[in-house]
Order: sequence, then structure tokens, then C-alpha cells
Amino acid sequence: MRYRGQEGKMARRQAIYKFSFKLDKFITHLILISVSLLSIFPFIWLISTSLKGNSENIFAYPPQIIPTDFTWANYTGVWNKVNFIGYFINSMIVAGGTVILNLILSAMAGYPLARMEFKGKKITFFAVLATIMIPFQAIMLPVYLITLKLHLTDNVNNFAGYMGLIMPFAVSAFGIFLMRQAFLTIPKEMEEAAIVDGCNVFQVFFKVLMPMVKPSLAVLAIFTFIGSWGEFLWPSIVLTKEAMYTLPVGVNNLQGMFSSNWRFIAAGSILSTIPILIFFLSMQRYFISGENEGAVKG
Amino acid sequence: MFKYYGKYAPYLFLLPAAVVLVVFFFIPFFQTVLLSFQDYSTNIYSPAFAGLENYIKLFHNPVFYKVLWNTFVYLFVAVPVLVVFPLFLAVLINQKIRGVTLYKILIYLPVIVSIVVAAIAFKWLYADQGILNYIVTSLGFNSIGWLTDPKFALYSVILVTIWKGIGYYMIIYLAALMSVPNELYEACDIDGAGFLTKHLTVTIPHIMPTIALVSTISAISAMKVFAEIYVMTKGGPLNSSKTIVYYIYERAFENLDLGFASAMAVILLVIVMIFSLINIFCFERKKYEI
Repeated sequence: MRYRGQEGKMARRQAIYKFSFKLDKFITHLILISVSLLSIFPFIWLISTSLKGNSENIFAYPPQIIPTDFTWANYTGVWNKVNFIGYFINSMIVAGGTVILNLILSAMAGYPLARMEFKGKKITFFAVLATIMIPFQAIMLPVYLITLKLHLTDNVNNFAGYMGLIMPFAVSAFGIFLMRQAFLTIPKEMEEAAIVDGCNVFQVFFKVLMPMVKPSLAVLAIFTFIGSWGEFLWPSIVLTKEAMYTLPVGVNNLQGMFSSNWRFIAAGSILSTIPILIFFLSMQRYFISGENEGAVKG
Repeated sequence: MFKYYGKYAPYLFLLPAAVVLVVFFFIPFFQTVLLSFQDYSTNIYSPAFAGLENYIKLFHNPVFYKVLWNTFVYLFVAVPVLVVFPLFLAVLINQKIRGVTLYKILIYLPVIVSIVVAAIAFKWLYADQGILNYIVTSLGFNSIGWLTDPKFALYSVILVTIWKGIGYYMIIYLAALMSVPNELYEACDIDGAGFLTKHLTVTIPHIMPTIALVSTISAISAMKVFAEIYVMTKGGPLNSSKTIVYYIYERAFENLDLGFASAMAVILLVIVMIFSLINIFCFERKKYEI
């Protein structure tokens, strides 16, 4: 079809515009698909290795993504030798305990900082702010010495071991500020109405205010959970007993257990990732919606 | 508003958090500084006051300079990539196209997965006869000792940190991009501005605070890397991939050289505090206003 005259010129321009628009979209998808593939490829390759049987050379050139000697044996093998259920339970206890304490302590500390007038408020505020600037990695040695002094280690008993893993992360400045912000947005009439109805300050806090900051509590819970679940440095310092290992420490230990058996190491790594993957996929809107932009990284 | 709470109520509410922060943040903070002036090498239970000895030892140790250099290489390689590339991806994703949620999920996946698993996955890619060396050799080059060659080890580890951070910063940028008014883009389209001019003149000036924020957060987290190095190289070969935090860990928990490790920790504290202060005062001021 040929375009003629003024009208033709417009139509041609539009056709070119549409074409370039389509091309733009095509390139966009091409880039995003490549980056998505690069993001998951290390896991795909790990899964592929974990499904290869002993008769298949995992160092074969060219590399085979689809296993030719397909087997689940590496999964059953590593499952029988490694106490994944134990690691999982330890991780659940530590992450669960850390989340619960963070919710309670952050909300309790955020409330007076948002709603009350008292002596030393400014100093308290800046003291909390200062903890943001102190990286755990710089103070971990004294934290370890204090944990030893308080007998919060796994060679005392299991409960002390869990407490030793939880307590240094029981509250964070991030959580306190998040909750303070949440309390600031609640209209003061809510408290006044509750007081008139005869509530005391604790009832105001637990029965009136806490239900109103549920969305912020959810955000704090989810990001604290992810952070605690993935924590590696601290548990690898304090833990002494294999029975107390959390998942990251247990997975790192696979390398020593099966030094060159990459089939088992791969299968174990993938197994350990399944719980957090399920958690992420079911909560994905909290992570990728972008509403919780200031959330800390684990 | 009338004061409905008792005189001690605020302190009662603050108490539990205060106890944790004092025991596990403030006391360790001062103790770190204190330890850095003490000598533990003769008797670990009754240290002697050592003055600046640990610092002098530190500044005479060639490994210290190597570690400091590596940490700054980490910063100078990882931070620019983590500032620019996620922004580019966010701009691409922030269009009316299909599959946005799926792209976001896939690109965010490395953020969620344990760093230990990520490091193991990359160790496998980096294996001597691994898939990366297959690509390299099939392109006609010699195979590379990704984690065993001192020239490459640090960069191989940095790549893991970058790969794991991209999704995180992309989501931060996406939130910022939502705040850019659509009319500005429409105006660009009417003027016939291309992709590059459009984003250089509208997007980037508009989200400058977020770009600055991402720079400082990624710098702070680059200063703190540990797990990648621990799992993949243990700082080797020949200290080529050892950074500050790994060195502190090694000296404190493997060599039990508490004084030396603490002097190193004080250096880390100072550097991170500078970045944090920039962050708080320049970019996140609103969040922390009384």
C-alpha cells in the first residue's frame, strides 16, 4: 500500500511509529527475559546437577541441562545423611522467636516515641538512631563475649542456644522507627475515645492501637523473618553442636561433608531452599509491590 | 490532648527494647573500642593495657592494606553496577507490558534465597571444569581459575554480591518511578523525545534522592560482605579476596587475636558511620525527624 498526499504522510508516520513501538517492546522483553534467565540460571544448573545419576558425567562438555541419567537418588541420599528436618525446626524456632520479639519490642518502643511526652525523649530517639550506624560485623566480638557471659550458648542447653541466636537481633532501630511511623498516622481521637470509655494506657496500647497498626506489623514480621532465616555469620560463630544448626549453617556444612560430591551438595542446597521459596511466592506482593521500599536487607 | 498516661508509662514501654539495645549494641560498641587498646596475646583472661599498639601493628601489617584495598575494590565495582543496572531494569519494567509480575518475581528471587545457597550455586558455575569455563574455552580462550587465580577471585565473589542485589534495588527504584508524574512523559512523547533523552531529562532528575539512597545503602552493604567470601574462597588465594569483615572474623575467632581484630573493627565502624551519616542526614532525614 502506498501513501499519497498529506493524509498519506500522516498514515505513513503512524505506521512507522507503531512499528518502532513494537520493536521497542520486543527489545524490552528480550532484555527482561535475558536478565530473568540470568537471575535463575545458577539455580537451574544446581537443580540439573542434583538430578543427574552416577553414570552421567556432571563435568561433561558440552554441559547438559536436561539430565540423561535422571534420578531422585541424590535427594534421598542427602536426606538420609543430613538432618534437614532438624535444621528446619531450628531455623523456624530462631526466626519465629526473632519475629515475635521484634514485633512486641518495636511496637512497645515505638509507641511512646510517637505518642508521649517525657524527659529524655530526644536522647532516646538519637540513641536508637545511632544503632543504625553500628554494623553488627564491627561489634560481633564483644557481642559474642557477652553471649558467653550470659550463658546463652548451645553447650549450656538447647533453650540457651536458641536464646543466644535470637537475643542480639530481638529488636532493631528499623523496626522501632517503622512502628513509630505507624503510630504517628493514627488519629489522636482514637486514644481519647478509649480513655473516655475507661481504658488505661496498657489497654489503649494493646486493644486499640495494636490492631490499627497491623499492616506495619505484617511488613516488619515478613522482613524480620527473611533476615533471620538467611542469617549466617552469627549462627556460624556461636553454634557448636550440629544438632543446633540452622539451615544456612547446615547447608554450608554440606561442603565439608560431601567434599566433592556435587550431586549431593546440589540436592541439599535445593532442598534447603524450598521452604523460603514457598514463603516468598505466597507473600510475593509484600516484596515486589515496592510499597515497603525502606525495608532492610537481610 | 490530655495526658492519659502515668509518669512512668513511657519508660515502662521503652524498657524491654532498651535492655536489648544496651546489652547487645551499646556495651559491645564501647567494648570494641576498649578492646582495641588492650593486649590479649600473653594472657587472654587478664589483658594488659596496650595503648595504640594494636593500631601500630595494624598499620604495619601488609595484609591490612590488602584487605582495605579489596574492600574499596568491592565498593568501586559493586556500587556503580548496583546503582545503574537496577535503575535501567526498573525503567524497562515500569511500562505497560505483559509479564511484569513474573519478571519481578524472577529477578527478585536471588534476594530471597540464602546467600549460602547462592554462593554454592556460583561455586559450581565457577568450577574448574564448570559451565563458565566451558563457555570461555569454547570461545577460544584458556580456562580461568575463577576462584583459584588471585587475579580473578575477588571479582568472581563481587559478581555474586551484584547478582544477589539487583532485584532488591530494582524494587526500590520501581517505587520511586511510580512517583514521577505521567504528564512529564506525555510531554516528552509530544516533543518526540527518544528513550534516552526522556529518561535523562525527566526520570533521573526526578528520582535523584533514590539514586543517592541506593548508592549509600549498597556501599554500606558492600562494606559488610562476609558469607560470600566465607563459603566460596575463605579470603584466598593469597588474601586476594579477603575483605575487612572477613579479616576481623579470622583474627577474632580463628587466631583469637582480640585486640588486633578490635582495632580493625574500629576502622570498619568509622567507615560505615561516615556512610550512614551521609545517608541519614542527606536522604532519609524525613523518616527520622522527631
